[in-house]
Amino acid sequence: MNEIKDNAAEELSENMKILDDVTTTEYKWGFVTDIDSETVKKGLNEEVIRFISKKKNEPDWMTEWRLKAFRYWQKMEEPKWPNVKYPQIDFQDISYFSAPKQKPKLESLDEVDPELLKTFEKLGIPLDEQKILSGVAVDAVFDSVSVATTFKETLKEKGIIFCPISEAIKDHPELIKKYLGSVVPYTDNFYATLNSAVFTDGSFVFIPKGVRCPMELSTYFRINSQETGQFERTLIVAEEGAYVSYLEGCTAPIRDNNQLHAAVVELVALDDAEIKYSTVQNWYPGDKEGKGGIYNFVTKRGACRGKNSKISWTQVETGSAITWKYPGCILQGDNSVGEFYSVAVTNNMQQADTGTKMIHIGKNTRSTVVSKGISAGKSNNSYRGLIRIGKNAEDARNFTQCDSMLMGDKCGANTFPYIEVENPTAKVEHEATTSKVGEDQIFYLNQRGISTEDAVNMIVNGFCKEVFNELPMEFAVEAQKLLAISLEGSVG
Amino acid sequence: MLAIKNLHANVEGKEILKGINLLINAGEVHAIMGPNGSGKSTLANVLAGNSSYEVTEGEVYFDGKNILEMNPETRAREGIFLAFQYPIEIAGISNATFLKTALNEIKRYKGEPELTPKEFLDRMKAKAQILGLDETLISRYVNVGFSGGEKKRNEIFQMLMLEPKFVLLDETDSGLDIDALKIVSSGVNIYRNKDNAVLVVTHYQRLLNYIQPDFVHVLFNGKIIKTGGKELALELEDKGYDWVKDEALETQNV
Repeated sequence: MNEIKDNAAEELSENMKILDDVTTTEYKWGFVTDIDSETVKKGLNEEVIRFISKKKNEPDWMTEWRLKAFRYWQKMEEPKWPNVKYPQIDFQDISYFSAPKQKPKLESLDEVDPELLKTFEKLGIPLDEQKILSGVAVDAVFDSVSVATTFKETLKEKGIIFCPISEAIKDHPELIKKYLGSVVPYTDNFYATLNSAVFTDGSFVFIPKGVRCPMELSTYFRINSQETGQFERTLIVAEEGAYVSYLEGCTAPIRDNNQLHAAVVELVALDDAEIKYSTVQNWYPGDKEGKGGIYNFVTKRGACRGKNSKISWTQVETGSAITWKYPGCILQGDNSVGEFYSVAVTNNMQQADTGTKMIHIGKNTRSTVVSKGISAGKSNNSYRGLIRIGKNAEDARNFTQCDSMLMGDKCGANTFPYIEVENPTAKVEHEATTSKVGEDQIFYLNQRGISTEDAVNMIVNGFCKEVFNELPMEFAVEAQKLLAISLEGSVG
Repeated sequence: MLAIKNLHANVEGKEILKGINLLINAGEVHAIMGPNGSGKSTLANVLAGNSSYEVTEGEVYFDGKNILEMNPETRAREGIFLAFQYPIEIAGISNATFLKTALNEIKRYKGEPELTPKEFLDRMKAKAQILGLDETLISRYVNVGFSGGEKKRNEIFQMLMLEPKFVLLDETDSGLDIDALKIVSSGVNIYRNKDNAVLVVTHYQRLLNYIQPDFVHVLFNGKIIKTGGKELALELEDKGYDWVKDEALETQNV
């Protein structure tokens, strides 16, 4: 009991520190790094794809896979169903490759461009192995190219592979051939298909049978160049009985134009394996008038292939002009478990259409969805979720809780639940609430000596508690900070 | 300690307080009684700085400072505490987090050192005990899932934690059974001393059996129409409010 209370007290002093830190309303990660980079001419055609593939020294099978995706993509149409508005994207006006110029092969961090290291330092990402005390292995992706991966050796001893996907394509072709596109096929959807054609890098994680990854693995994504799209590809495979917790963070400089981010993340969990995937997404959201910002059109999907496997997605989305993503789980193995915990914050002119898909195929599969949407300013926040129970999914269970919080009266929140049940033994529960940050709540906290800004942060953090609890400690702290910054000045 | 001069206030454009004059000194307990709609809760909320109420005229000095120019959090840090008639729920925030934040804000304002986590928890436990509150209260979310009685006790608990100089009890007795009423009253009595003051807003005399006031004021139609000692409360309980109204009408006070 005492211990619990001490923790509570510590947690709150931590909270106060976080709130103290919050002094600026500006996007703090908006700087541009002046770095010598190589960018391919705008536009997309087979030549550009061959160029990217060649730049990455890829084997022919990979080039062919990309071209197949590209040819398929040419026949596809951009989806129009999301509840978001944006001008037509000219896909020929985007550069599909930008890489920091570097030596052909980096042996250690000493060889990484010091400008780049400085950038990551500014972002608070520990790349210097000497200084890493936090015990998080980091892969940093700068304009679609992985620039540094830490703790490689430690992981190697356990048989864990954690490397840029471009490297994995060359060094572990058998694994890539087996798993790449096995969860999100190149024909999947407009943006995933585009990604399959043009992805430049991303992370690859492989945890062999029976291994519990001893540290959190983390990738940090940064878009730096102007008018480039970022198309990274992440693939995580956990073999029988393996466990891994993976963190993803993102930022981008302030730009007046919109930039496209179309990533694909695939997770594969075999028998008794568990993958925990956490995202704190803070792409540049655009300014107050809605100028600039990242279009975040991402496909994330996990396959619980084996029995008793588990995949959980936890996301805190505060950035991007438009967010369009539905991290989902395909619950194929019997007794497999899928979880989705999400906080999506929109402020000013931001738009979000996000949620999850839980596809129950195996027997006795279970899924939990907890979605917290917070809208402020003139923003629009939609939850869209699909729960599908297949005809063989005996005793499948889903619980969905979908809460929206509105700040002010110019924003909007919507819920679009889709439930498809083909098996009569299934149990599907859906709960939804919408609340307003009440003047009465703020006054109550004010009356106890707490400022309006801290009061709003407190109410919002309380609202998101269930999701923050799912995040690894360090990320939870960052998430709270981000939330405070994103919502600053939106009430009172 | 508190001087209210000719206070007028509106709610949604309608005048509710029509010229309140009241002087409260340190060490005193005042009770404001009156029928429903007389403006009792409005007075409590106006003093605490609730922005739903608009002050149109008058002055309120607290320790010589004009509090009408202060936002509610500054008033709270100066030492004004309102025990709410309807305490608010805050999901996901534990009482510990809430009170530690509040206490530190107040301490910082006064230039006093913050409590260490240990000091804070010891204080929480000691004060919870006074009110017969279970220790699990500390980690429970603010007022979420609390019964009506527990919420009221939690208000008094917060008062003991924050040690204000001036306490407004807004219908703290409503919805309490006799046992809870005794506990809440004993909390207030433990808090009372020569340096602080209490303003009890209540509809019924019952609470005043346990929290004995030095002065009783009758509020009617936005004005204080009669002031007396604690025996006035008994008289009101006995005879109702009509005779005071009639008396006031005769003296053209209303």
